[in-house]
Amino acid sequence: MISLQALTLAIHGTPILSDVSLDIPQGQIFGLVGESGSGKSMTALALMQLLPSGSAVGGHVLVDDTDVLTMTESEMCALRGNDIGMIFQEPMTALNPVQTIGDQVAETMLIHGKASKSEAAVIARKMLDRVGLPANKFPSSRYPHELSGGQRQRVCIAMAIALRPKLLIADEPTTALDVTTQAQILDLLRELVAEENMSLLLITHDLAVVAGMADHVAVMRRGELVEQGPTEQLFKTMTHPYTKQLFEASSHQPDRADDAQETPILEVKNAIREYVAPRTKLFHRPAPFRAVNDVSFTLMRGESLGLVGESGCGKSTLTRAILGLDPLQGGEIHLAGEPVLAGEHMPASLRQKVQIVFQDPYGSFNPRHKVQRLVMEPFHLTKAPENARNRVAKALETVGMKAEAMDRYIHEFSGGQRQRIAIARALILRPDLIVLDEAVSALDVSIRAQILDLLADLQTRLGLSYLFISHDLTVVRAITDRVLVMQTGQIVEQGQTEQVFTAPKHPYTQQLLNAAPQIPDDWLETKHA
Amino acid sequence: MIRFAASRLLSLTLSLIMASVVVFAVVEVIPGDPAAYMLGLNADPDAVNALRDELGLNGTLWSRYFGWVSGMLAGDFGQSYTYRVPVSELIAQRLWVSLPLTFLSLLISTLIAFPVGLIAAARRGKPSDYAIMGVTQLGIAVPNFWFAMLLVLVFAVNLQWFNAGGFAGWENGLFAGLKSLFLPAIALALPQASILARVMRSSLLETLTQDYIRTARAKGLTRAQALRRHALRNALIPVLTIIGLQFSFLIAGAVIIENVFYLPGLGRLIFQGITQRDLVVVESVVMLLVFSVILITFLVDLAYAAVDPRLRSGR
Repeated sequence: MISLQALTLAIHGTPILSDVSLDIPQGQIFGLVGESGSGKSMTALALMQLLPSGSAVGGHVLVDDTDVLTMTESEMCALRGNDIGMIFQEPMTALNPVQTIGDQVAETMLIHGKASKSEAAVIARKMLDRVGLPANKFPSSRYPHELSGGQRQRVCIAMAIALRPKLLIADEPTTALDVTTQAQILDLLRELVAEENMSLLLITHDLAVVAGMADHVAVMRRGELVEQGPTEQLFKTMTHPYTKQLFEASSHQPDRADDAQETPILEVKNAIREYVAPRTKLFHRPAPFRAVNDVSFTLMRGESLGLVGESGCGKSTLTRAILGLDPLQGGEIHLAGEPVLAGEHMPASLRQKVQIVFQDPYGSFNPRHKVQRLVMEPFHLTKAPENARNRVAKALETVGMKAEAMDRYIHEFSGGQRQRIAIARALILRPDLIVLDEAVSALDVSIRAQILDLLADLQTRLGLSYLFISHDLTVVRAITDRVLVMQTGQIVEQGQTEQVFTAPKHPYTQQLLNAAPQIPDDWLETKHA
Repeated sequence: MIRFAASRLLSLTLSLIMASVVVFAVVEVIPGDPAAYMLGLNADPDAVNALRDELGLNGTLWSRYFGWVSGMLAGDFGQSYTYRVPVSELIAQRLWVSLPLTFLSLLISTLIAFPVGLIAAARRGKPSDYAIMGVTQLGIAVPNFWFAMLLVLVFAVNLQWFNAGGFAGWENGLFAGLKSLFLPAIALALPQASILARVMRSSLLETLTQDYIRTARAKGLTRAQALRRHALRNALIPVLTIIGLQFSFLIAGAVIIENVFYLPGLGRLIFQGITQRDLVVVESVVMLLVFSVILITFLVDLAYAAVDPRLRSGR
């Protein structure tokens, strides 16, 4: 039994956690849910005593009746990895790139003096087998870069459970993964808990994930637990308003009408996009890699079209071709009736008809420029008008920001505000089509709900067309009229969004929808009533 | 790994061919008569013609280029105009001073920089880190000829442990040779070690913020273990780059230090070649330096691949 009692944390005097108390019973899964910055990860790091410098912790963290907060650093080192294992969100960077996976798993045993070098290698092999990386396909001598994200997360799990810890902490273990991979990793974790009689602290922002996994759930906001209880009971009652708010935001349905007209704005006909594959032999040119294979679709004016698929399916490649950034190797793309040609051939007047909003509101702005300049940037296509400043002010107001924002720098804004600014930047040229590339994927559910409302509102007011690219099925369902499902460079299914979601025809679409975690319907009935 | 090495080797060869064309073009093809240039403004036309013959400047462009390249491949770099001896002999003599000097000072600088950088990174923000940063800042700022003179004053003039200058020659034994290279090597190593230690420190600190260090700590490694077992090797790439650059610089860039210590090194040879307008020497030494720089780059590339498995896949 792991128990947090009145845990408090302040970093450089700023309170982060206050009075956090929870019990994680042996062999059970405890879900900790909350939005970013709520203190979920800090709770886990306090448990591990891996907090950043300047942290002051209070209260008690009991692991089998020993308070880890009173332990010395060397006692903690003996505890970490042995009694408590931990895995993190980003499997792509969580492994040392210059060590083999076998060595990294074996290190857990070696560092705790639990096995000799040769024994550790044998146990590491068993552990890798255990997490679904069989020796014939994934020998211990593999390096992390030879594995996919899901496979790397399996290696991390093998490392964390090698010494059969009492508690495994999984901090957003599947957030960076595709839905089908997410389902596999969650299954693995569930199995391990059952077989090893281990406890699992599952930290996530995703209510549906905890609903399917956890025995107990605690909801965290601003460093406090607002509500906790057995999962089913908590979902059925939702006594705290914040829990309700979080739930409603995560399944938010913006108010929108299908305003699609009969004239097409974007036509993609048999588009083929190939990449030169890396040479493996000196005098042999390898066959090119076909990232987009014979894709055709039409997007009408005023329509919102979704494009879903897992990472690597060719979504981004197709987007680049639509924006005229990369040339096609076959087929054609027409925007507002004119052909889209890559590079210098694309006239500015055509280019200004399509704008894009990217996923990462932190990386997609130059931090040295003020907002005015950032939003004005697309004017290089048209020559800035006399009233450019007014246009910026108006664009900012359109997205719900104050005009004063234009004299500030981008770091002064939150993620949600930045995404509004990104939309303002896309709107400034009054384009016909906006490509939204995972535009809400990096946002918390409540912010995401606001941005979705904004997008729906803008579409109605300005008659915009959207190409909405996402791996998140819930969001696509909420914001699009029609949807395309893409797999390995091809559109495998397309149709009216509701129809595709309720009665998917292609096996891949069915697989995607089945893999997406869901809150059981009967838990929600009481709420809707 | 073998494929990676082969592809690097191919690019090495191509770079060498390119470089030889450029060097040849700069010295022989660019307008102006090398022979007239070498003999100075008031040269007698007959003497210029004689020199043209001697240098083989009267042949066609292709035959001259291939003559030059095939000569070099056979070890014949031509005859120095001022010294009246084969250039290959001159270079060989000088290399026996410059190469050991380079290796010695690189060895010293690496031996200093690695532990110092490691300590500074491990003790970031603590007094020892500040002290190291201060000292290395000074090491970069102090001109090495001044430091060299200081070394001579203290260790040669006052303590009389070393000779103030000159090269004892390897024929008098390994120890005597090394002894005469020791002070100059230290003088050369000081700024190099300072730069390398700082690169090492910042590269380690950068690596320490990586996710896999957090993973290692969650496995139960102490800070020091995580640094040693996971950060060090990952931090090596920029350090190797700097070492490669330093080697290339040291092999011919030691002119000032060679002058302070009266060492007959390559740096002085090229300097003399330039001042005496001995184009044959300049051309050959430049080609040799280009060769050594390209070779070092090749070796550094191989070292990258040895450190980082991602580079071995041949991309």
